[in-house]
This record gives sequence, structure tokens and C-alpha cells, in this order.
Amino acid sequence: MVTSDQILLVPLLPFLAFVTNILAGRWLKDRAAWLSIATSSVACVIALPVCWAVFQGAHFASQGTWLMLDAVPLKFGYLMDPLSATLLFMVTIVGTLIQVYAAGYMHGDPRYSRFFAYVSLFMSAMLTLVISDNYLLFFMSWEIMGLCSYLLIGFYFEKDSAANASLKAFLTTRIGDIGFLLGFLTLFSAIGTLNFAQMNTIMAGAHGGHAALNTGLLAMAALLIFCGTIGKSAQFPLHVWLPDAMEGPTPVSALIHAATMVAAGVFLVARSFTLFMVVPNILPVVTAIGTITAFMAAFIALTQNDIKRVLAYSTISQLGYMVTAMGLSGLGAGTFHLITHAFFKALLFLGAGSVIHGTHVQDIREMGGLFKKMPQTAVTFIIASLALSGVPPLSGFWSKDEILLAAFGSGNFLVFGILLLTAFMTAFYMFRLIFLTFFGAARNHEVHAHESPALMTVPLWCLATGSIVIGIPGSPFMHHWFQKFIAHMVHHPEYEPSSFVMACSIAVAVLGIALAGVIYLRQKHWATAVAKSFPSFYRLSFNKFYFDEFYSTYIVKPFNALGRILFGFDETVIDGAVNGTGRNTLFLSEIKNWIDKYIVDGIVNFMGTAVYFFNSITKRIQTGVVQNYLLIVFLSVLAFLAFELKLT
Amino acid sequence: MIVLPLPHILIFSLFLFAIGLYGALVRRNIIGILISIELMLNAANINLIAFSKYTSLSPETGQIFALFVIAIAATAAAVGLAIVLALYRVRKTVQADEVNLLKW
Repeated sequence: MVTSDQILLVPLLPFLAFVTNILAGRWLKDRAAWLSIATSSVACVIALPVCWAVFQGAHFASQGTWLMLDAVPLKFGYLMDPLSATLLFMVTIVGTLIQVYAAGYMHGDPRYSRFFAYVSLFMSAMLTLVISDNYLLFFMSWEIMGLCSYLLIGFYFEKDSAANASLKAFLTTRIGDIGFLLGFLTLFSAIGTLNFAQMNTIMAGAHGGHAALNTGLLAMAALLIFCGTIGKSAQFPLHVWLPDAMEGPTPVSALIHAATMVAAGVFLVARSFTLFMVVPNILPVVTAIGTITAFMAAFIALTQNDIKRVLAYSTISQLGYMVTAMGLSGLGAGTFHLITHAFFKALLFLGAGSVIHGTHVQDIREMGGLFKKMPQTAVTFIIASLALSGVPPLSGFWSKDEILLAAFGSGNFLVFGILLLTAFMTAFYMFRLIFLTFFGAARNHEVHAHESPALMTVPLWCLATGSIVIGIPGSPFMHHWFQKFIAHMVHHPEYEPSSFVMACSIAVAVLGIALAGVIYLRQKHWATAVAKSFPSFYRLSFNKFYFDEFYSTYIVKPFNALGRILFGFDETVIDGAVNGTGRNTLFLSEIKNWIDKYIVDGIVNFMGTAVYFFNSITKRIQTGVVQNYLLIVFLSVLAFLAFELKLT
Repeated sequence: MIVLPLPHILIFSLFLFAIGLYGALVRRNIIGILISIELMLNAANINLIAFSKYTSLSPETGQIFALFVIAIAATAAAVGLAIVLALYRVRKTVQADEVNLLKW
């Protein structure tokens, strides 16, 4: 029997692992990994029955008052509805598998236990976020995840690039986070609650025209909350941090920057979906941002040469897909793609990690012909790529098809076209990556590749299985059960499955794979020829649309200049004031020192000297001969007697 | 039975005390000083008994007082002799004027 409060253990266990690892990691050494994996697995075991109960139609919620704001209670609690159950299912499974993999990948690292401490903290925050029932708790775990992301991107902080990347990620997401914070505060002022369930009720009332709400405020709240998504899910124009985040260890890229944390932004939109539905004109903005991101990132991924960067841009592109789906009211489709993407993209990153582990290079131009040397990695990587490219019957096909259907069905043919083109590019760059990495001849003979240990390949196979089957619940074979399961929460347009959309989707995937095959296996000079004939496009893609340069020139440099001016002010005025105070104090204290030395000390010394002088006279009585003392006693007695007698 | 008048006894004890005091002040040998102190104590004892006899108090008061003084004098002598012995072991002398360690 499922007792719903056991769900509280799910975030708590990884947190305990974090505390233990951070405090006792020095003595735990390699056992740190097993502690993290164990707590994560137990969390998984606890969470799955609860998820299963929710899949059966149950609904759990509980809350307690955290603090009172002028008699308005601020309640924290958990909410297990279809959305959180789905996410919980994905996060616990993928998180545990990635940690098992990381135990192998990170083996021998000097900061091994610290790595697992951070990962456990991250897991704890992510699980809290998933089950939280209000914006405030959501935001807190959201920020802890940001911190973990920062710590783990900069895990190899000896490298300047890693340190800079972690800073960049932290600051860039912070812009979105501020928006999110202001957003839910605005929402609070508009509807007086931060609780998701209450918000849904209020919004449903508003949708039915029962309650008059300040739509201006709500629109601002929705837009600001969406800023959080833009930052965390690396949407245009704040996507620049995610590719750089690849400086972190590969399991981190898989866990945080592919499967879970970046998906939290999409999850935020899903959570706030009723709000987005009520506010007019916000969904087109969401759609536009998502579509631009999907297309732009896929276009950049075409020309990147670093295996992890290709995957990073692919992640951005797929997140764009999810956001687009949300913008097209496709709550079910977006969430579905989030789940399938988590499985196959985690698998892709872990596969890339396995390749890096085996070859110690990241540049795909130096790889080639790895299929024979790393067969397990290669096969699982190809499975994931097929899923990502949208080849039926793998999971990615079903979820991508749902999004394309949402675009087609809602009549947004421009969006549909762009997404189709993006799908084509996705298939192309993924198979460009595969053909350059695993096929052909080895290009760098100094690379001696070897297959990774079982600790790393077993999670690959588990995720590969997931990538194949996880799409089934949303496929026509199960009558789109998943979409209905998610979407029954909100009013939501349903589209008839279209064979035209499906055909387009399969066609672009196959076309992309075929074109990649032709260019990178047969006609190798075509690639350079194409790059030469469209130099401006090539440069735009290769230089990532010059986003970094743009931000550097128009944001970072002015801010640096401002910083220098402020520093100058600080140095001359504020430091000057402090130093002046210091100098004056020094002068005053010198006067005090003189008084102390010559007056106070003088009195004390005089007392001492005087005592010493009188003492030198009176001490002569002390002869050391005992009889003198007795004589003195006798004479004194006599003297007293004489004195007494004289008185009487 | 001849009863000695009080002044006679007091004069006797005065002499005894004076001898003791003189001895304590002028003898150089520490043993001698101790003996002289015993003399002074005994002079005091005689006074106690004499006064208890000639006053209205119960005669036993002075006698018991004297017994206490004798007992305490014995212990004082024991301690004093022990000190003298210890002193002799360290300084190889029992002359009071040769022991002036506590001189200024």
C-alpha cells in the first residue's frame, strides 16, 4: 500500500548522502559514489510505487504551514499529479543510472567524493522541485540546482575555461531567475497564492469567466515566469551558457545539462500552464522563442566539431521543441518530448563520455572508425541518435511527431515548416557526428581507443532500452494514453493524428541521415564544397551567430567599464575616507600613547619606587636571628603594658 | 597546713618566667631556647592554678587549663625538636644566630 507521505523521503535521502559525502568524503573515498547511488536507488524504489499509483489515477497532496505573512499562511507541501509523477519517474531512473555511470567515469578523480556530494545535492533539489506544490519551494530548489550546476560546471576549476564557463552559466541563468522571482511575486500579488493547485482552480474560474482577474498583472507574471524558463532551459537569447557548460564532467552534462535541470524550465511552463492559457498573447511569444531556439541551435550544431558541443546545441534545439509545443498548447506533447528526450539525450551524453573516456579527445575530427573498438558505446549511441532523429518506432519519433502535429493541427504552418527543417538538420548533424566518430578510417593514429568498463556500459544499455520503449505510452499503440493522462489537467485542443505529418517527419529524418551518409562516408569533399559555396551561412553557424561576441561587446564590456569606474570611485573616495579615518585614529592614538606612557605609567612607577624606598628602611628589622624577634615581641608587650598602665 | 599567700606564688612564677625569658633571649643553643620556653609555660601554669585557688571560680578550671597547656607544650616541644633535627641535618648546627636564612 502506498502511503503518500513516504514521498518526502525521496528528496531527503539524496540530501543525507550530500551531507555525509561533504563532511566525511575524505574517509569514504570510493564508497562516496555507492552512498549516492544507494540513496538515489532507494529514492527511486520509494518513488516508483507512488508514480504508479498516480498513473492509475490517484492524486496526492499534503502541506504544512511554513510561515505566516500577515495572517496569510505560506504553505509548503508536495503535489503528486500526473506532471510531477511523470517527472519523478524520469528523474529518479535517469539520475540513478547516470550516477552509476559516473562511478565508473569519475574513477580516480582526486575530488571523487565531492563530485558525488554535489550530484546528490542536485538530485535532492531536483526531486524537491518536481514534487513541490508551490512556486516558492519550486524556486528554492531551482536556485539550489543552479548552484549545483555552477559547482559542477566548474568542477575542474584549475582550468580557466571551466571556471569561466561556470561563472557564465551562473550569471546568465541568474538573469532568468530574477525574472522568475519577480514573476511569481507578481502572481502572488495578483491572485494571493503561490500554490499550483489553488492557482489552477482560480485560473479555471477565470477561463470560465467566473472571476475577473487583473490580466495586465497576470500577463506580466506569466512573461516574467517565462524568463525563468528562458534562462534555465537555455532558450534564445539566454542560450549561450549551455554550450560552455560542457566544461563540466560528462555525467554532469548528461544529468544536469541534458536530462533534468534544463528540462525544469519546460516543467515550469507546464506547471504554470493554466496561467499561460488565461493570459492572452503569451503563448505566441512562447512559441516564437521556442521555434527560434530550435532552429538556431540546430543550425549551429551543423558545423561544431566538439562532440559535446554538438550535443549541447542539440539539447538547446530539443528544448526549443518542447517550449514550442507548450506555446502551441501541447502540454502533453511537450511533456512527452521532455521525458523521451531525457532518456535518449542522457544516453547520447553518456555515450559521448564513454568515447572521451576511451580516446581522451573531444574533437570529432580526431576520431573515426571507433565502431570496432567501442562496439557497445557505438550501438547505444546510434540507438539514441535514431531516437533523436525521429526514426520510428523509437521514442523520439512519437514525441516529435506529437509536437509537429500540434504545429500542423493548430494551423501554424510557418512553425511547422521550421520545425520540420529543424528535424531534418537534427538528423543530419547527429549522423554527421556518428559517421565522423564511429565510421570511416581513424584520422588520428595517436588515439588508442578502448571500450569502457561494464560500470559505464550497463547504464548505457539501460538507457538505450528506455530510449526505445519510453515512447510507447504516447504512441498510437496505446491510444496516446500519456498525452491524455497529462492533458486531462487542463483544457486542451486535441488533434486528429495525421498520416501526412507522420510521413513528413519520417521523410526528413531519413533524408537527413541519408544526406549525412553521402557527405561524410562517400563524397567527403562535398562538405568543404558546401561550406565554400555558402561562406556567410557557414561562418554564421560555425561562430554560433556571433552571440558570444555580441554579448561580449554590448554587455560584458560596458559592464566591465562600469565596474572599473565604480572601482575607481571605491578606491579614491571610499577607501580614501576609510584610510583618512585610519590615519586620524593613528594620530589620536599616538597622543594617547604619550599620556599613557608618561602620566599613567609615571604614577604607577612612582608608587612602586616609593614603596621600594620605604621598604629598604624598614626591612632592616628582619635580621633572621629568631631571638631578635622574640626580644621585639617582649619589648612590644612591655610597651603595651606601660601604655595600659599609664592610662589607668 | 601552711597556705602560701597569692603574692608569694605570683612572685615565684614571675621569677620563673623571667628566667625562662632570659634564657630564651640569650641562649644560642636552640635546645636551650626550647627548654627556656618550657620554663615560661610552666610559670604560666603556676599562675593559672594559683588564681583558680584564690578566686571564686571552681578550682578545677585552672587545673584543667594547666593540663591542656602541658599537653600542648609537649606537642610543641615535639614539633620544635623535629625542626631542630631537620635543621641540624641541613645546616650542621643548632646555634640560633648561625641560622639567619630569613634575613632581609
